[in-house]
Amino acid sequence: MSGQSTYEPKTGFTKWLDARMPIVRLAHDSFVDFPTPKNLNYWYTFGGILAVCLVIQIVTGVVLAMHYVASTDAAFASVERIMRDVEYGWLIRYIHSNGASMFFLAVYLHMFRGLYYGSYKEPRELLWILGMVIYFLMMATAFMGYVLPWGQMSYHGASVITNLLGAIPLVGEGIKTYLQGGPAIGDATLNRFFSLHYLLPFVIAGVVILHIWALHVTGNNNPTGVSVKNVKADTVPFTPYYTVKDGFAIILFLIMFAVFVFYFPNVLGHADNYIEANPLQTPTHIVPEWYLLPFYAILRAVTFDIGPIEAKLLGVIAMFGSILVLFALPWLDTSKVRSMRYRPLAQQCFLGFVIACVVLGFAGANNPDDLVFKFGADKLAMSYTDANGGAAVRTFTEFAEANSFLATLPSSAAGALEVSASGFKWLWVAQIAGAYYFAFFFILLPLLGVIEKPKARPASIADSVHGKKKTTAAAVAATSPGPQTTGSLKPAE
Amino acid sequence: MRLVSALTACVAAASFIAIAQPASAEGKVLHPHGPHEGWEFEGPFGTFDQNALQRGYKVYREVCASCHGMKLLSFRNLGQKGAPFFDEAYPDENSNPKVKQIASEYMVAAFDEETGDPIQVAATTVTAFPSPYANEAAARGSNGGALPPDLSVITKARHGGASYIYSLLTGYVSPPAGLTVSPGLYYNPFFPGDTKPQWAGDPREAPAGGFLAMAPPLREGLVVFDDGTASTVEQMSADVATFLAWAGEPKAETRRMMGFSVIGYLLIMAGLTYASYRRIWRNIQH
Ligand code: HEC
Ligand code: HEM
Repeated sequence: MSGQSTYEPKTGFTKWLDARMPIVRLAHDSFVDFPTPKNLNYWYTFGGILAVCLVIQIVTGVVLAMHYVASTDAAFASVERIMRDVEYGWLIRYIHSNGASMFFLAVYLHMFRGLYYGSYKEPRELLWILGMVIYFLMMATAFMGYVLPWGQMSYHGASVITNLLGAIPLVGEGIKTYLQGGPAIGDATLNRFFSLHYLLPFVIAGVVILHIWALHVTGNNNPTGVSVKNVKADTVPFTPYYTVKDGFAIILFLIMFAVFVFYFPNVLGHADNYIEANPLQTPTHIVPEWYLLPFYAILRAVTFDIGPIEAKLLGVIAMFGSILVLFALPWLDTSKVRSMRYRPLAQQCFLGFVIACVVLGFAGANNPDDLVFKFGADKLAMSYTDANGGAAVRTFTEFAEANSFLATLPSSAAGALEVSASGFKWLWVAQIAGAYYFAFFFILLPLLGVIEKPKARPASIADSVHGKKKTTAAAVAATSPGPQTTGSLKPAE
Repeated sequence: MRLVSALTACVAAASFIAIAQPASAEGKVLHPHGPHEGWEFEGPFGTFDQNALQRGYKVYREVCASCHGMKLLSFRNLGQKGAPFFDEAYPDENSNPKVKQIASEYMVAAFDEETGDPIQVAATTVTAFPSPYANEAAARGSNGGALPPDLSVITKARHGGASYIYSLLTGYVSPPAGLTVSPGLYYNPFFPGDTKPQWAGDPREAPAGGFLAMAPPLREGLVVFDDGTASTVEQMSADVATFLAWAGEPKAETRRMMGFSVIGYLLIMAGLTYASYRRIWRNIQH
């Protein structure tokens, strides 16, 4: 896409600079004159929003780090000190803690956008993979950040996750010890998490630069998925057209962000994290932040062994697999058509996928053994030791019956009564939604590309915005790619 | 392809159910509520009533402080803007006479500058609220093994916040017939727990709530309010809950006020940006 540069240095200084290091030219070609498809909708504004989020996290994070104390004795109090005694510390901390949620909200919408419009397909595979690297680093950063305030969830969440890594055969224990900085979570863990939490955002910033570079080689995808054929007819320069549109979207996003920061600063968090960490007291529910819940649900959905692999390890494999599969997405989707706008079946499957992700989120927030709904009324289960010394259980609907049965038992039978409810478990919800999650990538996407008959697509972006009649798939295949399409790559449409 | 649609429909249905019906394995517990008239400090324009804060501090000081510390607060916090004893005449809280007087009622450990001997001196405005017990073991020892939690951020650390504190303090009732309460514990329908093991009847009808090691701390007339407000249990509970809500987040008032101007500013910016967007794009079909 990057054609001839149109930048012309005007002053003496910019001419001098341009001859030595054309940095202004680079910025001009990337953010001012960059030809951008004219049909991008608001789903395309999340890239700019994400850049804003990263800057906000880094700026507020650096200020927090000036006051934060990474020690198990002092961390909790130091965060509260920021909230109480540091000038505008409450604001900085709430922006940072809610900012993480906003960042993930934006990244999820950005990713679903990419999924729907086929932005991961040739020639944008690397662009997509770089995005996945950013997302993975974000998860690591947020996980370690959540440990820093040293509340109950910080500690016990870290403990659950590091123990998981311990389940990996051979190297697991080693990795766990390295992460924890010793045999248990303590000062060493907190210090290395703080160090890495400070470091990773800058690594993310570096990968973001690569991500934008890759974007500016291939150019933007667009809602039709049809490549730019004619720069003049199909595109507008990024500035002012998209600076103003992105700017508007960013402001709307900031309004929502501000509503959380100023009026609901703690709703996205967990009350238990305002209780200082206590290794000896495990909270009744250990749950991660909302943005990690779907993966937590997948982790806990695996309750069965397969051959020699135990459930715990399988869960870890499934959890990491659910993220890693996204890296392979460009090669799993076999369709030649980019945008799902023209793929009626894929559209439905995509909707199912979005729903599956949301459902997994809910499943992750609930205890797997809790019931989504009950089948009939609760019953009573009496467990006791029978005459042969074996364990036995009898169920009753009436309390009186249970009681008279208990009266017939000898005291050595140690009868104990419990409520037994049968119903649909959250575990099963997680298993169904998790199965769909994987089926979407491993069955539906590869299969649909082969069996689905796509709808007619516009011949060009200009045609689509001018509402010209659509060509059939055959007609598109017949027209040879115009001179403006990307070099030797043969793009999907 | 029917299959695909059916699968999609199943997942959609499951998601609806998932959202519709949360269930929990723990015992039942009553939902916390605030006083009838609601909380003055809640909502986007909520502010703390200084009289309520002062009464609430008195309840804390005279009742709760004998078991519960508030280690994140210092006496000077009581004189800051929005605080119980803020006085416009003393913008610097450390010179506020009321705050100085409150602090001076406490003695803290120090050492003699000349001899190095340990001595006791009056606390100053910068002293943190003293803890009632020397250490955790002492706290547990005096409370039948239970630890009275620090109350500095208690309203943020419990679901329901101030309403939970209010409900807990006003919610003590004598246990229903059939419920055995172990010595040293007290039944409260708002305290999360499980009553089934102590319940003689049908476990499906076990009463809501649980048992805690805090005896009902308030009794009618226990604290005499300086402003003449009648000290009913409800009044004292509401006031101390208000004080704890303030203490949990002294900057909440400032936060909500600033939010109003920030969001107002952003809305204006959004309007202007939208207008420029329409203008810039007016000749481009998109
Ligand atoms: C005689 C000592 C004592 C006094 C006085 C006292 N408490 Fe407690 N409080 C306790 C103990 C002990 C616990 C721990 C109970 C448990 O966990 O079983 C506790 C627990 C609490 C809890 C936490 C309940 C939970 O959800 O875990 C709150 C809130 C509380 N007290 C508030 C107050 C307030 C407000 C006052 C003053 C009106 C007060 N307490 C007075 C001893 C006391
Ligand atoms: C990718 C960007 C970042 C993300 C997603 C992120 C996420 C988080 C999260 C979720 C927390 C816990 C918030 C809480 O509950 O209190 C946190 C805390 C913290 N972060 Fe970050 N962060 C990022 C960047 C940074 C940077 C660049 C720094 C420092 C230079 C930083 C410094 C801190 C500090 C000191 C804390 C502890 C204080 C606190 O808990 O509020 N963060 N971060």
